[in-house]
Amino acid sequence: MTNDFKKKKSQKEQTFGDVMRSQGVSRRSFLKFCAATASMMAMSPAMIPKIAHALENARRPSVIWLSFQECTGCTESLTRAHTATIESLIFDHISLDYHHTLQAAAGHAAEEAREAAMEENYGKYLLVVDGSIPMGNPGYSTIAGISNYDMLMETAKGAAAIIAVGTCATYGGIPHANPNPTGAVSVNDLIKDKPIINVPGCPPIPVVITGVLTHFLTFGTIPELDHLGRPKVFYGQSIHDRCYRRPFYDKGLFAETFDDEGAKKGWCLYKLGCKGPTTYNACATTKWNNGTSWPIEAGHPCLGCSEPDFWDGGGFYKSLSMPTENITQTAIYTAAGAVAAGVAIGAMNKSKKNSAIAAHDKTTIDDLEK
Amino acid sequence: MSEIEFLNWVRGPGFQIAVIIFIAGIIIRFAEILMLGRKANLAEPKGSEMSGGLHTIVSRSFPDKSTFQRSTFTVVAGYLFHIGLFVTIFLFAPHILMFKDIFGFGWPSLPTPVVDAMAVVTIIALLAVLAHRMSDTVLKFITTKEDYLVWMLTILPLVTGYMAFHRIGMTAPTLLALHILSVELLLVVFPFTKLMHGFTFALSRWYNGAISGYRGVQS
Amino acid sequence: MSSSSVVQFNIQVSADLTQNVKPLLHEIKHALDNLIETGQTTIIDLRSIPLAPGEEDHILKTLGLGEVQAKLDALGLSEIIETQYAGVWVVTHYNDENHIISRFIEITTMPEILSSQTEDIMAAYSRLAITLQDDQEKN
Ligand code: HEM
Ligand code: HEM
Ligand code: SF4
Ligand code: SF4
Repeated sequence: MTNDFKKKKSQKEQTFGDVMRSQGVSRRSFLKFCAATASMMAMSPAMIPKIAHALENARRPSVIWLSFQECTGCTESLTRAHTATIESLIFDHISLDYHHTLQAAAGHAAEEAREAAMEENYGKYLLVVDGSIPMGNPGYSTIAGISNYDMLMETAKGAAAIIAVGTCATYGGIPHANPNPTGAVSVNDLIKDKPIINVPGCPPIPVVITGVLTHFLTFGTIPELDHLGRPKVFYGQSIHDRCYRRPFYDKGLFAETFDDEGAKKGWCLYKLGCKGPTTYNACATTKWNNGTSWPIEAGHPCLGCSEPDFWDGGGFYKSLSMPTENITQTAIYTAAGAVAAGVAIGAMNKSKKNSAIAAHDKTTIDDLEK
Repeated sequence: MSEIEFLNWVRGPGFQIAVIIFIAGIIIRFAEILMLGRKANLAEPKGSEMSGGLHTIVSRSFPDKSTFQRSTFTVVAGYLFHIGLFVTIFLFAPHILMFKDIFGFGWPSLPTPVVDAMAVVTIIALLAVLAHRMSDTVLKFITTKEDYLVWMLTILPLVTGYMAFHRIGMTAPTLLALHILSVELLLVVFPFTKLMHGFTFALSRWYNGAISGYRGVQS
Repeated sequence: MSSSSVVQFNIQVSADLTQNVKPLLHEIKHALDNLIETGQTTIIDLRSIPLAPGEEDHILKTLGLGEVQAKLDALGLSEIIETQYAGVWVVTHYNDENHIISRFIEITTMPEILSSQTEDIMAAYSRLAITLQDDQEKN
């Protein structure tokens, strides 16, 4: 072995390959890890050698995770990511310097850890955010007396990149739902000068969160994003376009209720309110719970959780082709008003006509010669 | 505005505004027409106005032989796209869901592939009608800007609907939102243009028939 | 409870429901041809294809079992199976909790992960050398 290999490297300088070796992980295990990672990142298996090479040399990054107006569902989801051993390798490798749900320290001690990590890794750390930021009143949500807005802006300054996890951080989510009482906004509403990766979902699929994190840790780059800042590998196609029930949609075979013949035969859930046609997410291929199943396979229509304002689409069980307002009522009120208006206008026309008749003069030769 | 916000708007307030203008417009125009009245006919009736009128509303749907021979194209293409409009608007499952939401009841749909094929036929027929209009010297001469507008507003929902179903060119929420928006444009303009013929045809035909009926001649 | 009163949800197992099964089998055939002609291997990630319930089983059943079934103990279990079609392998990786974490169909003479890796061989060499040295010193 070469000399500088034996040299004791500080933890931060160790590459991922060093960490694996020091834990006695064989090359074969490493290859298996890379294969699983490629699959998790939704990359072609042809990329496995490249991933192996990149991971071998990946440095240990510092990660700061901020949680604002959120329900912790996203963190719950993350900790359910199914590749247990594999993820733990990644998470052993990254230095999660601040995550106030997962860390033991609290209050000011925790804030000190965050500030220390920021200072030490300025310009290099990865910032992960879940939850929306209330702009109505800073007091709506604070951590150790610091408003969410201040903490985000301060922490974002030294970040190499930001990953917004969950629909709240990406578009405002539930707090932003009409009438948005806290004035909730998303991360990219506030930050314009940093690369932001949006990983929406309520919650996002666990392996999608880890897949995006792993992509950044492996390659140190931002994956290709769509117009809403979402990685295309996961959000490039709509649920509807990859849904195994699609042949039934195309034929016009729909479940009408949750327990009719159609539902039992696995027909399309469009009439039960499925938002799959307008929702971009990886559920149809990646699936949930170790690839066991996913909402539509379980017989429930897609809610559209990875799209902005999915709470305000008029109801989860209202089909996409249905208007969201009460049009029946609108129509009745309009008709009543219009009949009255119509009669009034008609009467006006009639009186105009009558006065025209009354004022009518016979046309003479003189008139025509004018 | 994000594409989903756009979609939510056209499904919500946008649709509401369009329906208000559509219904108010139609009722007011009907009131105007009906209240304008007709001069009392002093001649002694030789037959029933009602039966002549009702008969004509139906009979005018079938062109007589000489009309058909004179304008075979207009009749065939006209029939095709009107039937096509009926099928796509009223017999497509997602559309029926919308009517069910408003009226409280629905009706059976045609299989989607049939509607899909019908949409293509309708679009082609409408294109043919326009081509005919623009190539025939006389037709072209009597065509107003409004006629082109009406044609445009009729074909737009068909084209955007077809694009939305087949997801051509844009993201799915945008396509669907554009489709519904194009329908809203149609609704808003409907009562104030020649599109009103979809309702007034009954009045004008009834009147034509009623005149004959009153005189006791064949309507 | 009689068996007919058991509600079966969404059990729609049909060979060509998503229309992805047949093309996949054809892709495998094509890849085999490629392997014969050029020696090039192909790997297909089964998690990248939308499949209806039961369709993955259908694919695996169609491919069947061949002569080789290997088990690997590396960060959890892995199963490497040659199907009844020589050259077509199914590689399944499990994690510590025996959950499938990824599944590939590999069209190759032998999946790479089965061969001993150069780094591991080198490490093995040093380990063996040290063991022998220790033995010598003890004696
Ligand atoms: C029962 C209802 C309707 C009847 C009886 C009817 C009847 C007619 C007739 C007799 C014509 C003229 C001849 C022809 O070009 O075929 C016509 C033209 C037309 N109709 Fe209708 N129509 C109805 C509903 C509608 C509706 C709902 C729409 C639009 C959504 C529509 C759009 C048009 C257009 C665009 C034309 C002009 C075609 C051209 O450019 O030559 N019609 N209709
Ligand atoms: C507000 C009223 C309407 C709503 C909410 C509505 C909604 C929809 C929806 C949800 C689809 C399916 C799109 C997809 O699969 O992604 C669709 C398709 C379509 N719509 Fe509408 N629509 C309306 C009115 C109309 C009207 C008035 C027309 C025709 C003049 C029309 C023509 C079509 C056509 C041609 C298709 C494609 C059908 C196919 O190719 O199979 N729609 N519409
Ligand atoms: S269940 Fe939903 S996503 Fe699947 S085909 Fe039907 S509408 Fe599309
Ligand atoms: S099926 Fe739809 S609502 Fe359900 S998790 Fe996936 S994207 Fe979200």
